[in-house]
Amino acid sequence: MKYVDEFRDPELIATVAREIERIVDPARHYRIMEVCGGHTHSIYRHGLKNVLPENIQLVHGPGCPVCVLPMGRIDDGLSVLDRPDAVLTAFGDMMRVPGTKGTPLEYKARGADVRMVYSPLDALRIAQREPGKHVCFFAIGFETTAPSTALTILRAKALDVQNFSVFCNHVTILPAIRAILDSPDMRLDGFIGPGHVSTITGCRPYEFIAQHYQKPVVISGFEPLDLLQSILMLLRQLQAGESKVENQYRRIVPWDGNRAALLAMADVFELRPYFEWRGLGFISQSALKIKASYAAFDTEARFELPGVRVTDPKAAQCGEILKGVLSPPQCKLFGNACTPEHPVGALMVSSEGACAAYYKYVAR
Amino acid sequence: MKTQIAQIEMAHGAGGKATRRLIEGLIVPALANPVLEQLSDSALLSINGTRLATTADGFVVKPLRFAGGSIGSLAVHGTVNDLAVSGAHPIALMATLILEAGLSGEILEQEIDAMAQAARDAGVSIVGGDTKVVEHGMADGMYITTFGIGALDERLTLGPHVVRAGDRVLLSGNIGDHGITILLARGELDLEAQIQSDSRAVTPFVDAICTAAAAGLRWMRDPTRGGVASALNELARDCGLAIVLEEEAIPVRDEVRGACELLGLDPLHIANEGQFIAIVAPGFAQSALEALRAVPGGEGAALIGTVEAAPSGTVLTCTRYGGTRIVDMLVGDPLPRIC
Repeated sequence: MKYVDEFRDPELIATVAREIERIVDPARHYRIMEVCGGHTHSIYRHGLKNVLPENIQLVHGPGCPVCVLPMGRIDDGLSVLDRPDAVLTAFGDMMRVPGTKGTPLEYKARGADVRMVYSPLDALRIAQREPGKHVCFFAIGFETTAPSTALTILRAKALDVQNFSVFCNHVTILPAIRAILDSPDMRLDGFIGPGHVSTITGCRPYEFIAQHYQKPVVISGFEPLDLLQSILMLLRQLQAGESKVENQYRRIVPWDGNRAALLAMADVFELRPYFEWRGLGFISQSALKIKASYAAFDTEARFELPGVRVTDPKAAQCGEILKGVLSPPQCKLFGNACTPEHPVGALMVSSEGACAAYYKYVAR
Repeated sequence: MKTQIAQIEMAHGAGGKATRRLIEGLIVPALANPVLEQLSDSALLSINGTRLATTADGFVVKPLRFAGGSIGSLAVHGTVNDLAVSGAHPIALMATLILEAGLSGEILEQEIDAMAQAARDAGVSIVGGDTKVVEHGMADGMYITTFGIGALDERLTLGPHVVRAGDRVLLSGNIGDHGITILLARGELDLEAQIQSDSRAVTPFVDAICTAAAAGLRWMRDPTRGGVASALNELARDCGLAIVLEEEAIPVRDEVRGACELLGLDPLHIANEGQFIAIVAPGFAQSALEALRAVPGGEGAALIGTVEAAPSGTVLTCTRYGGTRIVDMLVGDPLPRIC
């Protein structure tokens, strides 16, 4: 399969793995964070840990938008279904994520009109097809999915669709990385930068990590060869005592990002003063809000939502895992009280969460 | 309440962990009897010394027609296949039609014809059944439930209890074609691909493998809902051994791989309706493979792994880079991942 098989070629992978083995300093312990949940999933799915030297530890970052969404927000989104005319639409990722009274799938089983969509435009189409209903799109994701939400709101306005709104939960990755870097128990040597987010943002926004915090960053693709090459590039920087932003995923990520997408986002969204991240707590200017000029399409502006905070059980150590202080099986709840079928903490919720990936592919 | 099930979810019908919990937590204890407790594809009965396999199946596919098949042919294939992988020669089927008021006569006629054609091709008769009609809006056009009966092949002794470390895992062909075809045919995802369901009777393939390797055949299963991963996890659990797959050896069409990559699904979790897995003693593996490949439509058969002693009850895949990962049962319905 084109653009996939080339990046899974066992010989090339063995070559890069040998080079990593050759340059790695056996006396040193390396802690590298892959920021993106897609990377976490790929690392486990392809068994890459077995390919790397033991003194390279991969730490799983906060880049799973489903995992970092607090339960109170999920309740808020589901509360839309109290309206008899409501249709709640969401990506497949959201369908099994529990609120306090169940997951969207469980609401659907009880008769609520919950529908899975592949794009926010599909949700808008449902609203046009069914004018008697109010169609709410439960928007989640980093900069990867935020532009498609922005463009959908722009189109809804152009078409004057009045029975459509977006429950906006878009978050931005950089404040979360900064929060991790500022954390006193931070012990990281470098970052594998997010691939899909960077197709939109480009590589420049990561420069503060290299300059201010002196940690190397390599923006990476998602295939095994991409990830190993990115680790090699990070090791080379560390051996040379450098810290800069490099782009391994050049076949997809332009250095300056996607200007049209960024403009659409800037048109529709503004930063929230602060937003709660599950496992990490409140982070200032880390999430997007729909601007007042598009309030007609903002679920939060149109409807009264409960807005109740739901805290995670204290025993769940998601924050420590997100910051790389603990690995998934070191959490007391891992695999017994907290499993993918009955997630207690954030990271067990989505298959891109570090704990769910670990549980699914490595051990339980 | 005896079970932990608060309400039925779609996941209870997906063939994975939730289905297993429903069956083992509620149904088996309530109906307890030794035949049921085998939990195999068919219930094996002995009547006056004649050994029979019986099976029942329900079909609720949406849409009714899809590339490569339809609910009528699927109902016949699914029932015949459950008998075949239990080591039985299918003899007769019965079918109940649950029809929704408003279903067009033309569609119904097409489906009855499809059932008749599939039964002729598989060499079985549909000898009885029932029809019921429900109000408009109470069913997706039509549902079919079936019952099948077959005579057990006396040469075979099949079951998890005869599986041994060192046995090989044989797969009859490409996986994931049916599930991905149905997912795309629902039209909810804006994706198109040139694939069709693999819906077919596996009887010619099972006949070939029995002729070539009856003495070395240990266990068979058609990996329908829940896919190859769920079928092999059940085997691993029931025999207390490990199943170690070689990722590279598992045949998957590019179209299916592509759709799975895009949607974040694993082909090992996707449903099949015309494939089966056989566990074969090592000395018989090559002859069984060659016998399968010699049957038209069996060219894609492959040896995909080995039964090992440890880690007990687990299915593993060796990735092509020397890494390994656990292959879990399906949890819930497979849902596309977007963000």
